[in-house]
Amino acid sequence: MTTTEAPLSVDKPRSPARPAARRSNFELYSWIFMRLSGVVLLFLVLGHLLIMLFLDGGVHRINFAFVAGRWASPFWQFWDLTMLWLAGLHGGNGLRTVINDYSRSDRTRFWLKMLLYCSIVLTVVLGTYVLFTFDPNIS
Amino acid sequence: MTAPTTNASTETADLPSDAPPIPEGSTMVTVKIERYNPEVDDDLHWESYRIPALPSDRVLNLLHYIKWYIDGTLTFRRSCAHGVCGSDAMRINGVNRLACKVLMKDMFAKKGETTITVEPIKGLPVEKDLLVNMEPFFEAYKAIKPYLVATGNDPTRERIQSVAERERFDDTTKCILCAACTTSCPVYWSEGSYFGPAAIVNAHRFIFDSRDEAAEERLDILNDIDGVWRCRTTFNCTDACPRGIQVTKAIQEVKRALMFRRR
Repeated sequence: MTTTEAPLSVDKPRSPARPAARRSNFELYSWIFMRLSGVVLLFLVLGHLLIMLFLDGGVHRINFAFVAGRWASPFWQFWDLTMLWLAGLHGGNGLRTVINDYSRSDRTRFWLKMLLYCSIVLTVVLGTYVLFTFDPNIS
Repeated sequence: MTAPTTNASTETADLPSDAPPIPEGSTMVTVKIERYNPEVDDDLHWESYRIPALPSDRVLNLLHYIKWYIDGTLTFRRSCAHGVCGSDAMRINGVNRLACKVLMKDMFAKKGETTITVEPIKGLPVEKDLLVNMEPFFEAYKAIKPYLVATGNDPTRERIQSVAERERFDDTTKCILCAACTTSCPVYWSEGSYFGPAAIVNAHRFIFDSRDEAAEERLDILNDIDGVWRCRTTFNCTDACPRGIQVTKAIQEVKRALMFRRR
């Protein structure tokens, strides 16, 4: 008769199997951020889609002059900036939890998250840069 | 006399000669079991058994029938057989149930032949057939300190608690540690070390106990990356609990306690 390789007793039963809690509130804050940013994004994104796609001829009137006209107003600059940051961080954090759940090894998890963080920083920084330095008189 | 059928065949057409007489009012049903024998099999595989079932039978009776009269190597846990010990949690027709609490009268197909699938609970290593290694489950359970923590001298009288204070955590005292909830959780199935619903339910039982003094410590443990914030509120755990514990609600109450640090 063959035997299985499973040990008959648990190795060092009283040693802690997982590291002690880090006393960090990061997961708590990211959870709350997802809820709050989600509510704000609902208004920002639906409003954005309404303006861009439906009102006043919708998507057909969008050109350089239209964008330049909108960004001349600090209100729309602020709207787009908020939307960019919230959507970037909300989507990025969502993808972070998906990676945490689905990746099979710690190495995959680490590198996927590095790729994710780089792409978030690139998108958000580039978008912010364009919003603040946009020149309507560019030739 | 024919030799008893062993696990070599995937479909058992004839009942063994030493099986008890088929009782009146019983129906023939097919039980499909996901089986694995580490000594011979490379992987999990399905085997079907066609056996008689009474409406008053539980799925556990069917498993007993197979083990006692068809294939003695069928391995599964069961102890009390009355929904109290929590040994026989398994995936029956795709949902986690205690085999001793599922009645056959609720399982018969409306038309045609009834087929019941039985698999081991997911997310824990399968040792043999329906028997899984429960160690990762109990590791998470132990990590949340599932016992009363009180400092100072032991009181000379009972630790008095009002009816309302007792009611606060009544629901989570019902847990029998069968692992049906934890192994129904999609987050627990993935690689990682999420505590899982059962550990959080048992943390809840002490966090909201007015006599206990380690609530802050347990909240800190569940506040970390593998704690309550990984819960996606899919309610699989609440559906799976054979004791009717509002598991997802308990997890949400722990989240609320963490957010406001108030119980």
